Amino acid sequence: MFDTLSTRLTQIFDRLRGHGRLTEANIQEALREVRVALLEADVHFKVVKGFIERVYDRAVGQDVLRSLTPGQQVVKIVHDELVLLLGGSGHRLQMAPHPPTVIMLIGLQGSGKTTSAAKLAHHFQRQGQHPLLAAADVYRPAAVEQLRTLGAQLQIPVVGSAGERPLDICQEAARAAADRGLSPLIVDTAGRLHIDEPMLEELRLLKCEVRPHHVLLVVDAMTGQDAVTMAERFNAAVGIDAVIMSKLDGDARGGAALSIRQVIGRPITFVGTGEKLDALEPFHPDRMASRILGMGDVVSLVEKAQASVDQAKAEELAKKLREESFTLEDFRDQLKQLRSMGPMGELLQMIPFFKGKQGVPTELAGQEAELTRYEAIIGSMTPEERAEPQIISGSRRARIARGSGTTVQDVNRLLKQYAQLKKVMRGLRQMEGRAGKLKGLPFQIRN
Amino acid sequence: MKLLVTLADRVRQSLERSKDLLSHGLDSLLSLGRPVDAGLLQEIEDLLISADLGSATAREFVDLLGEEIRRGRLGAPEDIRATLRRFLEEALASAAAPLALDHRPTVILVLGVNGSGKTTTCGKLAAALKGEGRSVVLAAADTFRAAAIEQLEAWGRRVGVEVIHQAGGSDPSAVVFDAVKAVTARGVDALIVDTAGRLHTKSNLMEELAKLKRVVGRQLPGAPHESLMVLDATTGQNGLAQAATFHRGVGLTGVILTKLDGTAKGGIVVRIHRELGLPIKLVGTGERPDDLQPFDPRVFVSALLPG
Repeated sequence: MFDTLSTRLTQIFDRLRGHGRLTEANIQEALREVRVALLEADVHFKVVKGFIERVYDRAVGQDVLRSLTPGQQVVKIVHDELVLLLGGSGHRLQMAPHPPTVIMLIGLQGSGKTTSAAKLAHHFQRQGQHPLLAAADVYRPAAVEQLRTLGAQLQIPVVGSAGERPLDICQEAARAAADRGLSPLIVDTAGRLHIDEPMLEELRLLKCEVRPHHVLLVVDAMTGQDAVTMAERFNAAVGIDAVIMSKLDGDARGGAALSIRQVIGRPITFVGTGEKLDALEPFHPDRMASRILGMGDVVSLVEKAQASVDQAKAEELAKKLREESFTLEDFRDQLKQLRSMGPMGELLQMIPFFKGKQGVPTELAGQEAELTRYEAIIGSMTPEERAEPQIISGSRRARIARGSGTTVQDVNRLLKQYAQLKKVMRGLRQMEGRAGKLKGLPFQIRN
Repeated sequence: MKLLVTLADRVRQSLERSKDLLSHGLDSLLSLGRPVDAGLLQEIEDLLISADLGSATAREFVDLLGEEIRRGRLGAPEDIRATLRRFLEEALASAAAPLALDHRPTVILVLGVNGSGKTTTCGKLAAALKGEGRSVVLAAADTFRAAAIEQLEAWGRRVGVEVIHQAGGSDPSAVVFDAVKAVTARGVDALIVDTAGRLHTKSNLMEELAKLKRVVGRQLPGAPHESLMVLDATTGQNGLAQAATFHRGVGLTGVILTKLDGTAKGGIVVRIHRELGLPIKLVGTGERPDDLQPFDPRVFVSALLPG
């Protein structure tokens, strides 16, 4: 029931790939499903309409019908149009020539403004800047405390308290930023349940006063068709420079925020991808489009993998796999590397291998605790056992379980998964044989 | 009876904004005196999609409408609106259900993704139950988000209800265990538990909630009596995934639709009710403590398609 957009489009195009040549009827059929998939992803219906028309016009034209691999051509057209829809090349916030750079966050209540403000501050802090936070949401109970708590965690100063007027807080923050040489100044404003005149009036007033270089609208990735109305009203009344899409770490497809990009012509600059304060990433339209199309977010994955995988070790592992001498020792190394790269499920979803019908196998996703246990179990084995798991008898299992503080069942499960992994690796190797040479483990990345 | 009328009025008023687009759309569609054809049906489908009913559900309603037209049952444009209303009302007929409040203490778990309005809803629900003359206690089991406890405490002060809590980061099950013990000993009527606002895709959230539910059930057989998911009316098709995931993980007894006073239409509840069979128990329509009403399908639909 909850196929992701990528899964659905993969299915559609798998079917297209089966055809030798494309007919107009083929394209129509595929595009009907693209339409449903986009609507299901909460892309605004008018944006969907325009998108489908553009793709149809380009697809039905000469190149596709005459081309040798029509399926690929359509995929490319849909991909290109999607990249366009998502905002062409990525958008980055420019710092003002004279600090402090002032960034004001606006949005509905519950969109994730306060969290985004803290994440944004952390982002700049990691770049070596010295941000200042202004807590100007004095209406929602405990909003100021929330920002103060987050600021304290990050050791970033926060100006504002619940009793003050938002305007005073902003003025005080601007002074503090100037006096202490802090930049950027990030202003968290009050959200409302819905847009009303007093709220817009306050935002206009604050904007006049603090003269932000960037006004960022925070949009919940789960928002439905109403996102466009909301963004249009904010944009008309206050003016928006860019969008932060929050809560993209769930299974929401975030189509609404894409519609906003299309309808008000403002780029998405950051996406919130998790609960931790470092889970804010620059938005990459091209990567997102690839991901939507089921090609996997290969670029992101490669970057992540390169950052944390020891290249030499990976090469060695690749060789071992090829020679089928992958031992439990290697398995443990791989688990360690995996865990240093971030949450498993998140990583696995980026791999094209897990796209399409089967998705990420449940036995692999959400198993962080399991991995810790596995490391402990392998740690309790003798070198011989790690090299030749088939010698692990019943009594050895009992000893290993005792040594690692686990149960015999855990040990059995590990051995079973190791066997399964070997099988998967063999499958990947066969794919590799077909798809050409692949480099870089732990994943066989295929585009 | 008078009370019911004002409640209906209030929901209707707060839905004024949301009905605007759909009804104006429908009005302008229907007032042109144009023939009832595929083009018109397509536009009606778009209008339903714009209300977040989802493309498949919108298609179904439009197909039903098309069927009626083929059978010659719909002549005038007014018939189209009336028929559409009837279909929507029929789809939601069994969606309204009262809260189960006959136990003492009644334990109500309030769940939902971050930003859906859980804590606010807990505050409003406490005020509503207190207003009916019941004794109420709130439990702050959202020990995860920064300042969530403070936010619930602020609501507790505002509506005059005690909040049981521990330090941030403590085990939610321990908080709830204490709370259930306290309300049982004191003979309190209702305990409302505010749980962690996290995305439904976090598997350890589901584990935490399932554990919380087990703890409550062991302590007080039959409890929790209500497990309600709070859903932001601006949520699109992901709302169904949220409801399905919470339902699978914890077992829901119903949905509370919040923030229905904006321009959003909350049409996703039609799918949630049809596909998961969950009732829509309450509707949040504003920021005041008393802005929480029982869900009435007739009012909901007539606000969506007036006339």
